[in-house]
Amino acid sequence: MVGKNCFAIASDRRLGVQLQTIATDFQRVFKIHDKLYIGLSGLATDAQTLYQRLVFRHKLYQLREERDMKPETFASLVSAILYERRFGPYFCQPVIAGLGENDEPFICTMDCIGAKELAKDFVVSGTSSESLYGACESMYKPNMEPEELFETVSQALMASVDRDCLAGWGGHVFIVTPTEVQERVVKGRMD
Amino acid sequence: MGDSQYSFSLTTFSPSGKLVQIEHALTAVGSGQTSLGIKAANGVVIATEKKLPSILVDETSVQKIQALTPNIGVVYSGMGPDFRVLVRKSRKQAQQYFRLYKEHIPVTQLVRETAAVMQEFTQSGGVRPFGVSLLIAGYDDNGPQLYQVDPSGSYFSWKASAMGKNVSNAKTFLEKRYTEDMELDDAIHTAILTLKEGYEGQISSNNIEIGIIRPDREFKVLSPSEIKDFLEEVE
Repeated sequence: MVGKNCFAIASDRRLGVQLQTIATDFQRVFKIHDKLYIGLSGLATDAQTLYQRLVFRHKLYQLREERDMKPETFASLVSAILYERRFGPYFCQPVIAGLGENDEPFICTMDCIGAKELAKDFVVSGTSSESLYGACESMYKPNMEPEELFETVSQALMASVDRDCLAGWGGHVFIVTPTEVQERVVKGRMD
Repeated sequence: MGDSQYSFSLTTFSPSGKLVQIEHALTAVGSGQTSLGIKAANGVVIATEKKLPSILVDETSVQKIQALTPNIGVVYSGMGPDFRVLVRKSRKQAQQYFRLYKEHIPVTQLVRETAAVMQEFTQSGGVRPFGVSLLIAGYDDNGPQLYQVDPSGSYFSWKASAMGKNVSNAKTFLEKRYTEDMELDDAIHTAILTLKEGYEGQISSNNIEIGIIRPDREFKVLSPSEIKDFLEEVE
């Protein structure tokens, strides 16, 4: 979700195999560089492998071009990598959030074969995506400061995953501003 | 020469540590038509002689300066057909980069990849090195840039450089005339004067080619009438 010169990216913490919960501290939001984060929902093994591949590509880019990747460029790269596997895809939907040139927030999501969807306010993915769309739509306001953004994102996330038996067990929220990153674990219903 | 028994295979070093084919390629470049480039404070200019074998040749069909991307251009000294192959490969690489990142390729990256292609042809079987040196001029987020790429695949960034026939006189002339804060129009005049120094015969708007790139980041080859205006200013 986009705020004023900042963005928030959040996920739940459950890792499960259909009805069985395997872990309650699973990390789904990963850092690419200080101002670029990616959240990967869907099949856990694909999420981890895809993350490793993207970090590999980004590190090579950093070495060759001696600069960090811009969020828009990174989104195009993810889209290309996903489409390479058009007929045997990675079962993940990424959510990409970063601060671009002049620290303008940038967010986008895509489906598992790389169809990019840019937005100016918020993007969602995962099993609770329909509830999340509803919750974000009603709670979102433009130009929120980091503290208010944190409140809004946590409320929207908790409200949506509470209605979804396959998601929950707390929340993990990152608030990223041009100067710092705040990482917080949100306590929620543990069921 | 003691090296000559080692000149049959490209991929064999001579005892003096040289790859003789690359030396020969540089000689081929050195007997090509003069070309030069100058990096100004607000742009880059590249220029070359365009001596045609006969007055019957249609000079508008000969294009020695080519654009690789909208903001990067290139000129050469040496063998024309080798140049065309390199231009084709570089354009493809620039487009592949754009397709992957939806961002225009930075000049240094394109130079690096072109140089890698040229180096490949010094280490593979059954091929020969390219008989051209390139001057690549571009303008990107790091400002105006000018690079020279040799048949060996080594590349250098230059403030001003010349290649081909008459290279030492041209470089001396450029050394004297180059200033750090030169404007692009001054650089174009200097380029014309440098070409004039070594030209056998009368220079005119039909027998030189000039390419420029301004802060608007659009590489363009000057038309004969535009060249004529600059020539008149010089005289």
